[in-house]
Amino acid sequence: MTIYAALGAVEQGLVYGIMVIGVYLTFRILDFPDLTVDGSLPLGASISAVAITSGMNPYLSLLLAVAGGFLAGMVTAVLNTKFKILHLLASILTMIALYSINIRIMSGPNVALLGADTVFDPVIAMGVPSQYAGILVFGFFAVLVLSFIVWFLGTELGQAVLATGDNPQMITSLGVNTHTIIILGVGMSNALVALSGALVAQNQGAADVGMGIGTIIAGLASVIIGETVFGCRTILRAFVAALLGSVLYRLVIAMALGVEFGSFKFNPSDLNLITALLVICALITPNIKKRLIER
Amino acid sequence: MKRIMLMALALVGMCVLAVQGVSAQTYTISVNQFVEHPALDAVLKGFQDYLKDNNIEVKYNVHNAQANMGTATQIAQQMIGEQPDLLMAIATPSAQAVAQANAKAPENMKRPYLFTAVTDPVAAGLVKDIEHPGGLTTGVSDLLPLDKHIEMVTTYMPNLKKLGILYNAGEANSKANVAGIKELGGKMGFEVVEATAAKTADVYQAAKSLIGRVDAVFIPTDNTIISALESVLKIGIQNKMPIFCADTDSVERGAIAAMGFDYYKHGYQTGAVAQRILGGEKPADIPVEFQKDLQLHINKKASAQMGVTPPEELLQKATKIYE
Repeated sequence: MTIYAALGAVEQGLVYGIMVIGVYLTFRILDFPDLTVDGSLPLGASISAVAITSGMNPYLSLLLAVAGGFLAGMVTAVLNTKFKILHLLASILTMIALYSINIRIMSGPNVALLGADTVFDPVIAMGVPSQYAGILVFGFFAVLVLSFIVWFLGTELGQAVLATGDNPQMITSLGVNTHTIIILGVGMSNALVALSGALVAQNQGAADVGMGIGTIIAGLASVIIGETVFGCRTILRAFVAALLGSVLYRLVIAMALGVEFGSFKFNPSDLNLITALLVICALITPNIKKRLIER
Repeated sequence: MKRIMLMALALVGMCVLAVQGVSAQTYTISVNQFVEHPALDAVLKGFQDYLKDNNIEVKYNVHNAQANMGTATQIAQQMIGEQPDLLMAIATPSAQAVAQANAKAPENMKRPYLFTAVTDPVAAGLVKDIEHPGGLTTGVSDLLPLDKHIEMVTTYMPNLKKLGILYNAGEANSKANVAGIKELGGKMGFEVVEATAAKTADVYQAAKSLIGRVDAVFIPTDNTIISALESVLKIGIQNKMPIFCADTDSVERGAIAAMGFDYYKHGYQTGAVAQRILGGEKPADIPVEFQKDLQLHINKKASAQMGVTPPEELLQKATKIYE
């Protein structure tokens, strides 16, 4: 793995890490498996790309993307809470609907952003070399999002979100409407995913309707890698672990891209297999270590 | 912290870097292919064969994003790190990822860049101008010669009134082609009926929706549909609905005919451009090329199964006939 590839992996890990924080919020905190993310990631990307190409400031376009993601998450949560559709199915329905909606938003499957204004421009203008601008901007957003979520979960409303995931009966008996809390939580989660999508699009130079495929897989893998490797004892630690899990996941892919044993080379088509194997290693190592220590 | 260090050590241990022992005559080319699929694989094969046939020694770093945009972006950055003599990308999403990575790289790390199998390089933001690409980028476009394709279909079926088109609305390439075919339909007096499938699992159903509504079906160079072509062919045979394709590989699989898009030749042509760049020409001065050779492939058995007879004038022009 070259330094440049490693930098690229960290950059990708941070930007997708914002999505992973969103996934952690639904999957672990609210106990709400949410597949909407496969649609809300490209939703954020398409909203931001269309806004930028029609002349909007790239930072403002992020706000629009966040709002769009929040709405998408709300749709899933309303379908689940108010209409009693199973959470998995509700999120799948929103996800497939978003495929068509995203094509409508972009009036096509792909909007190019190569050469357009992006959130990186002001940072590059300050003299930061362009290959580091991504890490800097994504790191900033990731830390911002992380601090916000940790602060939010400490507030009274945030405590209600935590309790809704842990013990819905108890929190209902305290007079909190769990439906509202779930709608808020899933909305926030998808708002973060859309933010991540918008930043990804600006980084890779295009928004594409297919870019959401596999988001939830990467999200869940990162969450679990983070938990296993870095632990999740406190809220702060759990979210930091989710973010670092995302970085680790991308480093693993970068490693899988460069794996070579002397003259033996893997086929390019083995990439997903190697990635899976490396992740398995990462997951079982702490376990094996623990057993060795116990002996 | 200890745990993190251990992890890092274990991972680094797994990754053995190759020793770069190459002579001065050998070039390195890093390839970013978006997904495994017969047509794109053929492009890469044709590309590599051209360079081999012309005795150019090349060490390849071939990467495949397995249809994941995030991975394509990471591969692009990996490729900049590899510092090859030439960057190459196959298909639009990979091409955009590499273009962006190359633009972001520091001046001394930017490499010459060649894309291929991209239908509309200008709309994709890869080059500003087909004739004068400028910068470090040029490539070969797989824009279909649509008029030739449709002419072939109308020669087969002179009474064509309704032509079905099966494609994935999520593919930028297909959208450009469908718009072109609609325009031709307006001029030549047939109606276009569209059916879309978002993924390979939906193709069967989309093809079924065309039964009885069209005289024939045309499939552009669409990754999703071509991946599930057999399910379309089955419906074509069962319902005597002629299926025409835009790439010749599909004719061997059982489509009636295609007016020549041979992705192997597409790659071969791309190889020639690569040779010019490796020889020292600037990509900025090499205009974006389009497919040069067209070939007509006809499948007689499929024609009979779907209830049409190949016209004599086409059989004479055909470069390959499957009995």
